[in-house]
Amino acid sequence: MTKLTPNDFSSNLPIKWCPGCGDYAILTSVKKAMADLGIEHEKYVVVSGIGCSSRFPYYVNVYGYHTIHGRAIPIATGVKLSNPDLMVFVVTGDGDALSIGGNHFIHGIRRNIGLKVLMFNNRIYALTKGQASPTTLSGSKTKTTPEGSFDYPFNPVSLAVNLGAPFVARSIDTDVNLTSSLIIEAARNDGFAFIEILQKCVVFTDKEFDVFKNPETKDEMVVKIEDGKPMIFGKNKNKAIILDGFNPKIVEFDPKNPPSNLTLYDSSNIHMASIISSLIPPEFPLPVGIFYKINKKSYEKMYYENAKKEINSIEELLKENSYEITK
Amino acid sequence: MNNEKKKVRVNNKEYAVIRFAGDSGDGIQLVGSQFASATAISGNVLSTLPDYPAEIRSPQGSLGGVSGFQVAFGDDKVMNPGSKADFLVVMNPAALKVNLKYLDKGSVIIANSGNFTEENLKKAGYTSNPLEDGSLSNYRVISVDVNSLVEEALKDSPLSKAEKLKTKNFFMLGLLYWMFDLPVEVTANWIDEKFAKKPEIAEANKKVLYAGYNYAENTEIFDAKYNIEKGKLEPGIYHNITGNEAVCYSLIAASKKLKRKCYYASYPITPASEILHTFAKLKSKDVVVFQAEDEIAAICSSIGASFAGCLSATGTSGPGLSLKTEALGLAVISELPLVLIDVQRGGPSTGLPTKTEQSDLFISLFGRHWDCPLVILAATSPSDCFYTVYEAARIAVKYMTPVIVLTSAYIAQGSQPLRIPKEEELKDFELPPLPDPDKFKPYLRDEKTFARPWAYPPLKGYEHRIGGLEKSNIEGNVSYDPENHQIMTNFRRDKIKKVSSEIPPTEVYGDQNSDTLILGWGSTYGAIRSAIIKAQEENIKVAGVILKYLNPLPPDLGNIVSRFKKVYVVEENDGQMAFVLRANFQSANIISKTKVTGQPYTTEEIFRIIKSEK
Repeated sequence: MTKLTPNDFSSNLPIKWCPGCGDYAILTSVKKAMADLGIEHEKYVVVSGIGCSSRFPYYVNVYGYHTIHGRAIPIATGVKLSNPDLMVFVVTGDGDALSIGGNHFIHGIRRNIGLKVLMFNNRIYALTKGQASPTTLSGSKTKTTPEGSFDYPFNPVSLAVNLGAPFVARSIDTDVNLTSSLIIEAARNDGFAFIEILQKCVVFTDKEFDVFKNPETKDEMVVKIEDGKPMIFGKNKNKAIILDGFNPKIVEFDPKNPPSNLTLYDSSNIHMASIISSLIPPEFPLPVGIFYKINKKSYEKMYYENAKKEINSIEELLKENSYEITK
Repeated sequence: MNNEKKKVRVNNKEYAVIRFAGDSGDGIQLVGSQFASATAISGNVLSTLPDYPAEIRSPQGSLGGVSGFQVAFGDDKVMNPGSKADFLVVMNPAALKVNLKYLDKGSVIIANSGNFTEENLKKAGYTSNPLEDGSLSNYRVISVDVNSLVEEALKDSPLSKAEKLKTKNFFMLGLLYWMFDLPVEVTANWIDEKFAKKPEIAEANKKVLYAGYNYAENTEIFDAKYNIEKGKLEPGIYHNITGNEAVCYSLIAASKKLKRKCYYASYPITPASEILHTFAKLKSKDVVVFQAEDEIAAICSSIGASFAGCLSATGTSGPGLSLKTEALGLAVISELPLVLIDVQRGGPSTGLPTKTEQSDLFISLFGRHWDCPLVILAATSPSDCFYTVYEAARIAVKYMTPVIVLTSAYIAQGSQPLRIPKEEELKDFELPPLPDPDKFKPYLRDEKTFARPWAYPPLKGYEHRIGGLEKSNIEGNVSYDPENHQIMTNFRRDKIKKVSSEIPPTEVYGDQNSDTLILGWGSTYGAIRSAIIKAQEENIKVAGVILKYLNPLPPDLGNIVSRFKKVYVVEENDGQMAFVLRANFQSANIISKTKVTGQPYTTEEIFRIIKSEK
């Protein structure tokens, strides 16, 4: 098989996202990951729901299905379960996955169907022009919360970790290298892999994630978690998140002489993943990277291992309890 | 006991209807289906119908907890389970009280008098014992204390008293096998298989079964045997099958013929769950069965499987169909094959979950936003579910369209013998042509059928995108072009119209030259055909049509309905088909006859409609 390049995944359709939308960078990340994964072009399937992000399938020239609001996961489930050899991506948004599609999201994880779910989180219903979504932060003013929203948002990675998804990660739209590397890791995991990608909406949540991108603030406000390494952040790499029993804490130190007892991240530890995924700025920096990664047998693998029965014909099936009528 | 050979009258009958009734925990369904199997193996034509309460187990002995099972068996005239029973088998007073309405004068009641205790009589609201107070003088009552006879038969058995009493149904079965000269071995063998791991229970059940048979043989109160005519069945291998089971086997047969995987996804719902149960036992590499988290996920995963090239289906009942309508729209615009089986029950809302109705015609026709046409078929009987679902699958694939199959609780739960067809007897599938990859366009249609090609992952070179947004003709890219939307809407409409070329000439039963036509659809088939035969026997002129193709309608239907002075449209809803026919055939004299009681139309009721118009 010849090595594919990101361009081999470009469709010739004009892209209709707003100029400056975070989705462009995510598209680049996905195409890069698809090329790097080394899977045959025809084995990729991208299924999406409804929303800005869900236009995604039209912009990659693999098998794609732009479906209905909230239902990308069950439709992709049908694709994956009927042919586990396919690499099935779900592209969805915060409203699509967590509001109208919330039931499918939790059951997809419970079942551990081997989908790679990329949830673009712009914290707003953008396509319908600016209503509060399930990830809209408390206090945000939107068309449906003109006084500022007063209810509580989901933390998608925390939700996915605690539901037991075997692969949970977070990235930021502009970090193409991180996003594409996470997609590759997700694709190599057997089960339900979930990546939250924080995505700027230039129209409604333009400044939402600036604090995580701005060179002035990002080092203080983002911590990249890596397996076996301490969770160090700060402009001078002089801070770290540690666990004091069940309590996460920030410690400061002399970067030239870091303490030897900093907590090392362990992405196979559900309890650590549960605590770290729950951290929310501004009290803590935003954790990005892989929160949780374990081997957990996928639904489709279990299905086909258990489906040993061979069915040749209905004549054979109905033989039992059948009887013959002769002339 | 009398050792002399007793005198036994033998009555000859074309057919007989037996109704079993008892507590819902009594195993009535089991005894009924065993009896049905015995008649089937004896070469009778038969039709069965369970009638069970919505509650899993109501209080013992209560009226609400009565479970029933009816079997009609005999010659070729048996087309439905019948309405009135000739024989009623009752296990307790509540069963008698609930089921007496199914009996005509002179019918036979066989009662387990052992259960007619003071307490049970009180629970059923009797102030005196009807078996003894003369109130059943219009019937022939055979009263047998099955409880003590069973205890006597099992006096050496190690089983507990409660376990012993559980065998009492088999005693009843033994009595009946003697009365109708049916082979006891069928049930004896079944018991051996069923209780292979509990030999002492198997032994007790068999002992009681034969004890029942011998009791009838040797006691004076059993002085009549019934010789029921056999049917003229086509030679072959038969399987007694419920409508729900037939749906499952049909989809598997269709997938084998098509040489694609079969995919069935569903969410538990009465009375369609047995389709999922039947499938669940057959999970295999080629038959993928998926219990989804909700009705929407079920149909969506089936649409996904269809996108991935499977012969794909989902099943549900009314409330589930409501939930599936948005996804059906997606299947229509995506032009993917999909079979949706709707086992109609009483509605609206939760309605009457275990009872039958035909009220989902409107939602099937109109229950989607857009102009959103699809194909609708209706199955006429339990065994016809096999052929109708197969036809639905064939049309779905040939025309790349969703097809709704309307069955009903009545035929889904009822059973009939199905002659198991060999694969070569089944119609071939015709896939829309798939051009070479360089000529492939997702919406480049076959000129004859207007079907688009069915390319699916991982076919190399056919990678393409589809979706719920309107697509440009041929190329299949997103298109908001006004002209294009008109073109695509026309194609979706005309494609479904083209399915009418698949419809065979409509069969008109009965007197072709009468003034009156009785027109029904789907599951009223048996009652209408039987009523037409009955009318002919009484020299009443009437014709009958039972529709199976509901959308599009048969191309010859307009001529047929215009030919008759009066067209009585008989249906188990508030006049939905009558509405459709009036809209389609303005010149026809459509008279709506409806019934929404949760009970199927009976032959007698349709016969009364015929008679009242003469």
